[in-house]
Amino acid sequence: MPECAFAPWTDPGAEPLIRFRNVTKRFGDFTAVRDLTLDIYEHEFFALLGPSGCGKTTMMRMLAGFETPSSGHIELAGQNIVPVPPNKRAVNMMFQSYALFPHLNVWDNIAFGLKRDGMPKDALRERVAEMLKLTHLERFARRKPHQISGGQRQRVALARSLAKAPKLLLLDEPMGALDKKLRQETQFELMDIQEKTGTTFVIVTHDQEEAMTVASRVAVMDEGELIQVATPSAIYEAPNCVYVADFIGDVNIIEGAAHRAGDKHYTVHWADGQAPLKAASDKTFSPAQNAFLAIRPEKVLVTAERPADAENTIQGRIHDIAYLGNISTYHVEVAGGRMLKAQTANTRRIENRGFTWENRVWLSWDSTAGVLLER
Amino acid sequence: MRRVFIIIVPYLWLLALFLIPFAIVLKISLSDVAMARPPYLPQFSWEAGPGAFLAQLDFENFTFLTTDDLYWKAYLSSLQIAATSTLLTLLIGYPIAYAMARAPEEWRATLMMLVILPFWTSFLIRVYSWMGILSQEGYLNQLLLGLGVISEPLIILNTKAAVYIGIVYTYIPFMILPIYAALHRLDSSLIEAAEDLGCSRAKAFWLITVPLSRNGIIAGCFLVFIPTLGEFVIPSLLGGSGTLMIGKVLWEEFFNNRDWPVASAVAVVLVLILIIPIVLFQQNQQKQNEAQS
Ligand SMILES: Nc1ncnc2c1ncn2[C@@H]1O[C@H](COP(=O)(O)OP(=O)(O)O)[C@@H](O)[C@H]1O
Ligand SMILES: [Mg+2]
Repeated sequence: MPECAFAPWTDPGAEPLIRFRNVTKRFGDFTAVRDLTLDIYEHEFFALLGPSGCGKTTMMRMLAGFETPSSGHIELAGQNIVPVPPNKRAVNMMFQSYALFPHLNVWDNIAFGLKRDGMPKDALRERVAEMLKLTHLERFARRKPHQISGGQRQRVALARSLAKAPKLLLLDEPMGALDKKLRQETQFELMDIQEKTGTTFVIVTHDQEEAMTVASRVAVMDEGELIQVATPSAIYEAPNCVYVADFIGDVNIIEGAAHRAGDKHYTVHWADGQAPLKAASDKTFSPAQNAFLAIRPEKVLVTAERPADAENTIQGRIHDIAYLGNISTYHVEVAGGRMLKAQTANTRRIENRGFTWENRVWLSWDSTAGVLLER
Repeated sequence: MRRVFIIIVPYLWLLALFLIPFAIVLKISLSDVAMARPPYLPQFSWEAGPGAFLAQLDFENFTFLTTDDLYWKAYLSSLQIAATSTLLTLLIGYPIAYAMARAPEEWRATLMMLVILPFWTSFLIRVYSWMGILSQEGYLNQLLLGLGVISEPLIILNTKAAVYIGIVYTYIPFMILPIYAALHRLDSSLIEAAEDLGCSRAKAFWLITVPLSRNGIIAGCFLVFIPTLGEFVIPSLLGGSGTLMIGKVLWEEFFNNRDWPVASAVAVVLVLILIIPIVLFQQNQQKQNEAQS
């Protein structure tokens, strides 16, 4: 896999393109970004993910130069950029609202930044043509922004912000206004463009699927703080807390008391009269420490008979079935009225599926399938 | 039926309040002055019939307007005063509108109120009070003399300067409001985008803010220019005898000379001159509506 080869964050000698050093941003007595330290490397496609209002846009705006940190500093290629005004930064931003100039046509919108640099006419025409081609907008060059569709507007905004070949491109929820299908197409286009141009992208999104699709690394934020920064697969497979596990995809969280049961193995006592659950973990838990076992629904097997070789088994009753075409999610009620989700791929036709409501079934998974978390 | 009604109402309005009065004025302008009541001939009578009546109408008064240079000088001077005061109003009004649009949300209603507030007092009283401010013994001169800025009182009243002050003061809300409306709608992220792409603040203002408030500027300019062109009260009260404006000439023809036909001819020509900017204004408004929808 080529993605494995690109991992500058694992190389201690690599110089980051962007460095946030203890950056805090306050608006009055409200802290929008709290003591944030983060490195982003060249050629990365870095995603900021978090719920609305967690400070993603504020971080972007500090990178673009529209907000000044209340404390801490930000470096771009080794230079402190806090005192540099936005028009002097080698950073361009694609705005959440696109911010296309309504009085200029597509061509002039894309050429706007190049003209400010005083680029010679021929080179400018060539560059705009290149950008139009990259974003498949050649046919719309003479249209005004209100004469094109939402998806086309989004591509104009992208072309305009890429035209000056910035070191860093900031994309604030670039696909927020597109419908789902167009979004997915655009995500792949965006990755393609990022690869072709070699620009470092920082993308803001509140859509976890989008972040997982496009990013080389994802930063999960909450209330102005970074919760976890890791590759999409690490975030998914090894979340560092319940918040992240819950935010990214579907998850079952089973709370209980953890007890050591051998090297890197624990048992979780989760309900009276039920067999404790086995879980592997690199972390150390003190005896009877409160812990959370996070397990993805697709890792939970649903069977009619108790599987002989599974490490963890729980009996339950099917409460609900969500049929989603390619997959089905079973909501299974287990001891103490707790609800667990299990997902199976629908390889058989709907009428041939084994289970229906009120069936008694067994849920099972291995000790390494879940993650044991402290909080 | 409903649609016909909706279309007919504005036309009836236009007919009753513009076309009929205009036809009457046009008819008077084609008559001859006379010692009569009303002071012109011919009067329409059914015995003589419409043929005889129409035969007596002629363009004499319009020809007369071209023989005396007072009239074209007055038209020209009015155009010049209207154009200059429109420009002055724009130069003063734009920054005010801009500041209002940039002001914190909670202040805007108050600022808007302050712009509209003068309309609560009679226009005449407000112009009279400017006489009190601008005259040689007026408040302005007292203040400047008191501060020692000047040693001799300034002569402002009864000059063109006083007319400009009066016009700018009176018509500035008509300039501020449409420009404010345009600037208020302007998305501030456009300015940020321009800065992001390499513009300085000033450059972003010229390349983004000004073009995007263009329709407001045009609307404001017409709203000031059109009424100023025929303005009568301000030049009469503040401009003295040296200020030549067509509104004043018109008034003098009607009331001092009791020459209704010539006065009507002056009015007809004024309306014809005004039709050009009014049509242009309408087109601008229509374009603006189309751009918004
Ligand atoms: N200029 C500002 N003044 C006051 N509060 C602000 C300002 N900008 C952002 N905030 C607040 O900071 C928080 C984070 O905002 P933002 O960065 O836009 O969040 P996100 O993009 O993650 O949705 C929000 O609670 C918002 O209300
Ligand atoms: Mg945001």
